[in-house]
Amino acid sequence: MLPGKLKMLEIFKSINVDWMGLRKPLIFLSIAILLAGLLSAIGRQVTPGGTDAFNLGVDFQGGTVITAKFRNKPAEDDLRSALQAQGISDAVIQASLDKQDEVLIKVPLFEGKGDAAPVEATPAGGGDATQVNLGRATVKKALDTFGKEAEAGKRLADDESAVYQIVGTDSVGPVAGAQLRNQAVIATLLGLLGILLFIAFRYDWTYAAGAVIAVFHDVLITLAFFSVFQWEVSLTVLAALLTLVGFSVNDSIVIFDRIRENITLHRGKSIYSLTNDSINQTMSRTIVTNGLVFLAVLALVLFGGEVLRGFSLALFVGSITGTYSTIAIASPIAIWWQGKIGNAKVKEVAMPQSGSEKMASASRRSVARRPVTR
Amino acid sequence: MKNKGLWIRTLIILAITVAGIYLVFGPRRTPVASDFSWSGIKANLAENINLGLDLKGGSHLVMRVKTDDYLKTLTENNGQAALTTAQDAKLPATAYTVKAENGNYSVNLTLSDPSQQQAVLDEVKKKVDFSAWTQSSSGNDIVWSLPNQAQELMKRQAVDQALKIIESRINAFGVKEPTLQKHGAETSGQILLQMPGVDDPERVKKLIGAESNLSLAKIISPPNPSPVQTYPTKEAALQSIGGAETQTRKVYPYADRDEPSAAGNAKTDPAAKVNKYVVVEYPSVVDGSELREANAVSRTGSEGDYQISFSFKPAGAQKFGEWTGKNINNYMAVVLNGEVKSAAFIKSQIFDSGEISGKFTKTSAEDLALTLKSGALPAKIEYQEERTVGPSLGADSIKAGVEASLGGVAFVIVFMLFYYRGAGVNAVIALLLNMLLTMAALIVIKSTLTLPGIAGLILGIGMAVDSNVLIFERIREELRAGRSISDAIGLGFDRAFITIIDTHITTIISSTILYLYGSGPIRGFAVTLVLGLLINLFSAVFVSRTIFMWLLHRNAKMETISI
Repeated sequence: MLPGKLKMLEIFKSINVDWMGLRKPLIFLSIAILLAGLLSAIGRQVTPGGTDAFNLGVDFQGGTVITAKFRNKPAEDDLRSALQAQGISDAVIQASLDKQDEVLIKVPLFEGKGDAAPVEATPAGGGDATQVNLGRATVKKALDTFGKEAEAGKRLADDESAVYQIVGTDSVGPVAGAQLRNQAVIATLLGLLGILLFIAFRYDWTYAAGAVIAVFHDVLITLAFFSVFQWEVSLTVLAALLTLVGFSVNDSIVIFDRIRENITLHRGKSIYSLTNDSINQTMSRTIVTNGLVFLAVLALVLFGGEVLRGFSLALFVGSITGTYSTIAIASPIAIWWQGKIGNAKVKEVAMPQSGSEKMASASRRSVARRPVTR
Repeated sequence: MKNKGLWIRTLIILAITVAGIYLVFGPRRTPVASDFSWSGIKANLAENINLGLDLKGGSHLVMRVKTDDYLKTLTENNGQAALTTAQDAKLPATAYTVKAENGNYSVNLTLSDPSQQQAVLDEVKKKVDFSAWTQSSSGNDIVWSLPNQAQELMKRQAVDQALKIIESRINAFGVKEPTLQKHGAETSGQILLQMPGVDDPERVKKLIGAESNLSLAKIISPPNPSPVQTYPTKEAALQSIGGAETQTRKVYPYADRDEPSAAGNAKTDPAAKVNKYVVVEYPSVVDGSELREANAVSRTGSEGDYQISFSFKPAGAQKFGEWTGKNINNYMAVVLNGEVKSAAFIKSQIFDSGEISGKFTKTSAEDLALTLKSGALPAKIEYQEERTVGPSLGADSIKAGVEASLGGVAFVIVFMLFYYRGAGVNAVIALLLNMLLTMAALIVIKSTLTLPGIAGLILGIGMAVDSNVLIFERIREELRAGRSISDAIGLGFDRAFITIIDTHITTIISSTILYLYGSGPIRGFAVTLVLGLLINLFSAVFVSRTIFMWLLHRNAKMETISI
């Protein structure tokens, strides 16, 4: 390297770690976290009277969430007794952390609870109509005991006589909830199938399996955290899970691509050391990109507010596991499987033309022009 | 040669950038001077970008038409009509039974004389629409059953009809820019209604779901001048017709309205109103489907004293005229939603108009007239999902989303400039261009920006940064390996391009699947992500490379590079 030719700020220059040698303790770590999640989910599910495996939001479970803004926020106990007077005994009242005057009131499904349902709920037609029509109405009735709601179309601040205003409602019937849940799961699984097929087409089945198993791993680990800490799973969490699927696959492909390139470069080398080399060569990129993502997500967790809380937390966990799983899960699985079935042939990809040079045989040319870094 | 290619690339980039700036910040009319001011730009931006309900506030309702009920009613009505038709023609039909459950819908008409079967069939064919039904007969029974395919078709038609009726109701109500469409799977019978700016949808919900089953029917009573025959309890009314409702006799409650007193505004406590019951002939003379017009009118102009006047379509008027002509002095009931609203004797032949009196307020009379005019829903609807976002909550979400995104972008820009120095400028240009063009693309395809959409945007930006990092790291590697600067840049781009293409196509494939199979929020996410990725191939690869080409062009033998 000629001195003075480069102006580079390099923090991560020479990394040489035997990642594949670390695969056993790393996989063990993953299994430990997954087991903790599984234990939490099963334990919570079978414990009678306890919480469910997941703290599902109304989107997936049905129920009503009301966001109410108050001029003078009443005490939580007063709210609870006002709700109880309307027959809602199991409401969750949650003060907004970032907005002092707002309260989230979460009312579970009325149906299937028999006597827990408000008196008016019974004759009103049953089924979904009950939840969606009565959720808001019943909470409004309870809140009306504190004073008048601001008139429709007016802001609380503009309506002198009002003491509160319902600023948001999410009311989902049980059928719609199940539908949203099933649709989300099916769409995600089909999306993963698409990824599997594409990676198999571009690389090899072993890599496709590695990447998809890594994605499953990331999603499951994130869900494990959600079960253990009982963070609420809502539609925005789903969006976050989809986002982390994107990042995780992205990460896997960057390394697979480098492995594929190195295979054509160093035909004699073992896949084991090629994989290590590839991870190390792309490490600076991994650290820069994922570091940026991680910091951005951290900012979201800290400053994103209540609405984005589930989303930020899911991404926060996912941004860590996404990077980790490429090294600890995707690559070991790919090379382990290749060892089982003999050397799988990774598809070679033609280099795109650069400048005015003519394309020779793609692989030979890439050997000739490849930088030999280490 | 190379020079020319560079110029073409530059022109393409400039043209696209200008188009993007216009689409996002420009007005959709001849620009005036104020469009170039800061506030003008902001106003145009707000107008161009179509925000979703979660960001601008409004209501989101998912409802389902109870299509099973629709088929059930249809089967019931057809059974009744078949029996009446046969009996009117003096044919020996004695009874009918219907089956309407578990996806089986059939009518069984029983005859007392099987030899008349063909005559009954011919007669029924003329009057009752059994065209979609399959027919079979054995001995004394004729059975019509509805095949599955016809059921699906009819259900779909019922949803279409409901959609039209709901549309006319919300249009009459004056909701601005509503979105009304079928929702979910083809057979789900679901309808989605979005109303921007409406954050308390109670009245709209009631209006949409309101039943408007109006019918005019004969009351079983001795004629005028005897008073109309009423019963104090339902049991007594049922007693008079043999203990239970029959296929030709129905019992309805009759809320006796107070005759306007001399004072004219007697206010009665609704709970204290006297309920009576009357027996009514079925089927009715005419029903709501024959209505041409319905209006709320006030007799005295005072609140709480409204009634509804209505008139019939020609066919209905004809039927009504004939019937009233034959029934002078008989009593007639106006039955609305299973309740007799008024009962009066027929003074003379009436053809085309009537009125519903009752104690309506202005609002309730207007809403009722509106639902009557729009016609009856083919079946009841039930609400499955309701989401409302007040304008202030929506504004807060925008603020949080935009602030978080901008904060993230600002942070990324600072880091890229610090870490990659000169080349960081490339990355920043590519990044800003990506954001601009993604917005422009959203505007072009008329898609709405939702909160999950912002998440997609953020992921898109993340991958845009990653593309640049991949390229720069690769160029650094090539430089370390001793390549010349121009070789290193060429190789870096070429090699990183393969990776970028693979990562992008993977995510585009999965997002497209999410879009195809996902619902509302997932779709919003998928759309912005796919757009962001497609644009990224242009901004991070094409544009960034062109900038490097410019640098090389200016100094072909350049010895140093800032990266």
